[in-house]
Amino acid sequence: MSHRVLHPPRAEPAPAITVNLHRAAGNWAAKRAGARQLVDWEAWREEARRVRADAVAHLPELIERLEERVRAAGGEVHHAATAEEAAAIIVGLCGARGASSVAKAKSMTAEEIGLNEALELAGVEAVETDLGEYIVQQLGDRPSHILAPAVHLSAAQVAELFGRLSGEAFDPEDTAALVAYARGVLRERFLTADVGITGVNMAVAQTGSLVLIESEGNIRLSASLPRTHIALMGIEKVVRDWTGAAHLMQMLPLASHGRPAAASTSVVTGPARDGDDGPGELHVVLLDAGRSAVRGTDLEEALQCIRCGACLYACPVYRQVGGHAYGSSYSGPIGAVITPALERSSPETAQLPWMSSLCGACAEACPVKIPLDDQLVTLRAAAQARDPHRGEAALFEAWARLWSRPAGYRATARTAGKALGPLWRKAARASGEGWTARAPFPFDGWTSTRDVRSPAGEPFHERWRKRRG
Amino acid sequence: MSGFFAPFAANCEAFGETRRRGGAAVRAPVGTVRAVRVQLFVTCLVDLLYPKVGERTVALLERLGCDVAFPAGQTCCGQPALNSGYPEQARRVADRFLDTFAASSDPVVAPFGSCVHMVRHGYERLYADDPGRLAVAREVGGRTHSLPGFVVEVLGREEVGGRYPGEAGTPVAYHHECHMLRGLGEAAPPLSLLGGVQGCTLVETERADQCCGFGGTFALKLAQVSTAMADEKLDRAIAAGARAIVSTDVGCLMHLDGRARRRGLDLEVHHLVDLLEPEGSL
Repeated sequence: MSHRVLHPPRAEPAPAITVNLHRAAGNWAAKRAGARQLVDWEAWREEARRVRADAVAHLPELIERLEERVRAAGGEVHHAATAEEAAAIIVGLCGARGASSVAKAKSMTAEEIGLNEALELAGVEAVETDLGEYIVQQLGDRPSHILAPAVHLSAAQVAELFGRLSGEAFDPEDTAALVAYARGVLRERFLTADVGITGVNMAVAQTGSLVLIESEGNIRLSASLPRTHIALMGIEKVVRDWTGAAHLMQMLPLASHGRPAAASTSVVTGPARDGDDGPGELHVVLLDAGRSAVRGTDLEEALQCIRCGACLYACPVYRQVGGHAYGSSYSGPIGAVITPALERSSPETAQLPWMSSLCGACAEACPVKIPLDDQLVTLRAAAQARDPHRGEAALFEAWARLWSRPAGYRATARTAGKALGPLWRKAARASGEGWTARAPFPFDGWTSTRDVRSPAGEPFHERWRKRRG
Repeated sequence: MSGFFAPFAANCEAFGETRRRGGAAVRAPVGTVRAVRVQLFVTCLVDLLYPKVGERTVALLERLGCDVAFPAGQTCCGQPALNSGYPEQARRVADRFLDTFAASSDPVVAPFGSCVHMVRHGYERLYADDPGRLAVAREVGGRTHSLPGFVVEVLGREEVGGRYPGEAGTPVAYHHECHMLRGLGEAAPPLSLLGGVQGCTLVETERADQCCGFGGTFALKLAQVSTAMADEKLDRAIAAGARAIVSTDVGCLMHLDGRARRRGLDLEVHHLVDLLEPEGSL
């Protein structure tokens, strides 16, 4: 019954993946503790927040400057107001170049615009070159984490998959053999791809440079081996200058992996110049898709996100349900904020802010100080205001009416303690003094898995009145 | 009772400027031998479900030399409605809280950190559009304290004694209440008080800072996820050898205790104040 009145989002624990997520999150927590020894963490967070907030505050002017500098360096710039437009621009660029296959580096923004599906429809083979993306693509699965797309899978599942693909047997313990196999397959694909498509970690307006940060090296190859490089970025990824970018280039890997430098960082400023190796063409696709509309609202700080994935690892709900339970490209706390923020009218995504116990671990982990827990509360109110749930709204209205007056509050207490108490006990099997195993609506959701305290026969305020009043 | 006042007065001077945090400035009557008057905000869950926690809070504060008042107009801080997406309803109940506790300038003490976090932080959101009311909320919020925060940081009593109300030597795991830990930044005060308790030993548990899965209406709406989080917490406590869990949030306590009972676990669950009673009084 409560599932209708309290309109919960649909999410259940996924024990099969929880064990993998716990391992990854445990590793992350240990690395994070290490990061805090390396730098003055709070001061670094504040500086990172300042750099990102400055970019969001001055977005139109910085995007204009970025565009000008990218063009000056010989690149082209395309503006996409919607996800569909961005996909169409990229498909069009591939088509115009007669591309039959593209090497695709991991990009959550590409996931957001449904790029793989769009390319497939156009008859262009999109080859994921990130190890985790390659694994989930081969399984017909979807990424479950911003940075670690296959974090929900075990080594045994990967060994089984590679065995099936290659016809050879793999030992799940032998990580080196698994990686070597994937590298062999993936390297070949860079050489045959006509176009390379990457995301962008940050774009520096000062020089029109794109910064690509990674741990595998596939992004650099995707951006340098094919003749054409298409870089897709949300407009909010711009930063003003290299001073700010340099700080974020350390902060991002610190927040993600606890190390102040990524395994590989590439800076792309325009296409290859005469005599240089590298793509002859650079196209930067600037995606808005709701971002401009978030500026100036009480969710604006969500645009500061640098997609480090720390809030996902920190979130105990994410660790129980996994990324797929969110049903959106971006999962975890930032996904529960940014998805409904970008798609303000979607009834499905409006439920995402309930995927949280509001414990605040996300906001604490965030390297750019996005108040994620506060924003989840803001979005809950927005969802209720737009699409009120009558039953629940009526309960809270009655509650407010009663509990805004001491007499109403005490009447509730008397009713709960004296009138309802016996009912509760009648419906219940004994569960120890003061406890009940089955409670009436709306607390039946609770007692499906837990015993509940019975209302005190004499609440504190009664005891006080009798003894001291 | 004067024995309690002398160390208190001395500690008040030591308290000075440096021991304030979170905007929680309280003018202690430095040098005066006079009971500190406090207003008890018992909080609705303690009032209705754990009234003994309220009584023990009063007993502790009085033992420490406080003159405790219980303003009769109090109901709830309004947090359940705010967190469920009903700020308008939350505001009406929060108005009641402010009307009740703005009437006196004495510090407000609650045995439930989450409600203190609501008053200090949540009211900033509730009254963002109402400067007059926001000023009242900030004034009251600045003198509203969690019980451990008040005892340790305002009264300056790092330990207050107490005895574990069960088998001597019981290994105890401390569960940090999220809103007290991350919201109020009070990791140390409850552990400090626990350090003075006889008859139990504190065991370290893996990721003691992790949410237990209560989360107010979250526990009803995502009951299965909430329960899986409780199991993780309980299993870690047991793995660490704990026979009891202690916290300051009766929501967490009801959630963890209720789950432990359903699973038939041999694990006691207590509010911190249960352990701060002098021997033989529980």
